Amino acid sequence: MTQLALVIDLNVCVGCHACATSCKEWNTGGAAGPLTDQNPYGKDPSGTFFNRVQTYEVGEFPATETVHFPKSCLHCEDPPCVPVCPTGASYKRAEDGIVLVDYDKCIGCKYCAWACPYGAREIDEQQQVMKKCTLCVDRITSKELPEEERKPACVIACPTSARLFGDVHDPESEVSKAVRERGGYALMPEWETRPANQYLPRNPNKAVNAVAALQDDPRVIDGAMAAPNDGAVKA
Amino acid sequence: MNPAWSVIFLTTLIGAGQGLFLALFGIDVAARIGVIGTAPSQLFVIGAVISVLLLVGGLAGSFFHLGHPERAWRAIAMWRTSWLSREVIVLPAFIAAVAAYGYAHATGLNCAAWIGFGAALLCLALFLCTAMIYICLKFLQEWHTPLTFINFLLLGTASGALLAAAVANAVWPSIAPLLAALAGVVTLFAALTRGMSLARNARLRPKSTLQTAIGIANPKIAQKAQGAMGGSFNTREFFHGRSKEVVAAVKWFFLICVFAVPLLLLVIVLTAAAPQWLAVAFGVQYAGLLAERWYFFAQARHPQNLYYQAIS
Repeated sequence: MTQLALVIDLNVCVGCHACATSCKEWNTGGAAGPLTDQNPYGKDPSGTFFNRVQTYEVGEFPATETVHFPKSCLHCEDPPCVPVCPTGASYKRAEDGIVLVDYDKCIGCKYCAWACPYGAREIDEQQQVMKKCTLCVDRITSKELPEEERKPACVIACPTSARLFGDVHDPESEVSKAVRERGGYALMPEWETRPANQYLPRNPNKAVNAVAALQDDPRVIDGAMAAPNDGAVKA
Repeated sequence: MNPAWSVIFLTTLIGAGQGLFLALFGIDVAARIGVIGTAPSQLFVIGAVISVLLLVGGLAGSFFHLGHPERAWRAIAMWRTSWLSREVIVLPAFIAAVAAYGYAHATGLNCAAWIGFGAALLCLALFLCTAMIYICLKFLQEWHTPLTFINFLLLGTASGALLAAAVANAVWPSIAPLLAALAGVVTLFAALTRGMSLARNARLRPKSTLQTAIGIANPKIAQKAQGAMGGSFNTREFFHGRSKEVVAAVKWFFLICVFAVPLLLLVIVLTAAAPQWLAVAFGVQYAGLLAERWYFFAQARHPQNLYYQAIS
């Protein structure tokens, strides 16, 4: 059984947003489009995206690292968004494991978005149907594009090759080898969604660790809990 | 979560409609086995009409939650896996059963009790479907407890019984005190179980942290950008954006209006023989239930919020 997925290398992502813009460009014109925007050139622009690049500061100054973190649908092997859908619009393709939405069946009840712990689904405010990453299903299965372009738009656009694409069920694939050899991990493993997409952890940064050692900062796992997320916007 | 008024009205209106039916069917059964004298069929006809109106009102409200209400019929498809789909099937079936129950009483059909029995089963199934929609989302830890079902059941039954008492006061006044006492007992139990869920949720520790969300084990992580500056579906749907003070005020409002005021009014009704307060008690409790349901949604902390803590 094939399970297509992305494996994202956090060592080399530079946070340039080329994956987010190329995703938007391909998918707004592709089979999944349009991805509509609200107020795109005004105050408080908003819109539908399949992929967003976030940035985190890890550690305590001066022993800090900036981590750019691209975030999209993880195409879970046990996707909690699929069984809750009342119409069958959300489904996981048997042949390649891609989680998709049939826009013609979606009633826009947003229950699938509630059922996704990662916030990977976004409603299209204009079309009022749920949208999410398709792994560029129309690109990767295209008969017209040249063979080397049959990859998700984000993978082709990434200038540092931080995004690997392939079958994580094939032990000899590039993505499986990367996960195996470089400690690829899944997000929020506590909910047992078994995300197909995985992330490659950053290598220890010698300079940061030297500073941390001077400061007696153990940089240990589970040193403290994150601040509770209380539902209010903290911006 | 950001509470949606359509879902707040859906769950509170159908809860009251279900409770009203259950209370009247209880009176019907008690009358048939000869415990409380002969009940006028008018009570059940009027009660069924009001119940159907509440249920249809809730169903109509739910359509406002949909992006494509014209496709709502598709929601019956996935009943094998989706509690929402099951609710979409059971709710119209229950409405039809209550309408049939009212019709049977209006025309004096012998089978009214059997129709009522079937409707009562559908009523309990509907409480279960509605609650399971929330309970089955395991990472919404505030909802993922049997208390969600118990609270939906008891709060709906309490408000419905109170409404039944107010209706009975106009049609069969001698039975109103019994229904008022029933409403009071259910309200007391609901206060206990809702209090239990408040206490449980106050002690909950979120299983997900920013560390598990991005998979980096450093105790100090601060978000610097969330990938959009003008907000997104993720910031609109999952954050209520109200201050802690507002949320706490809503909690006290519902505790007073759902439990304290109706119980006080019921004591007045029963001790001072002042049944005119029954309708007021129902109105106050229903207003409180709207706040209770708002709080139910606002209190649920979705793990996706971890990814949306700072704009820039």
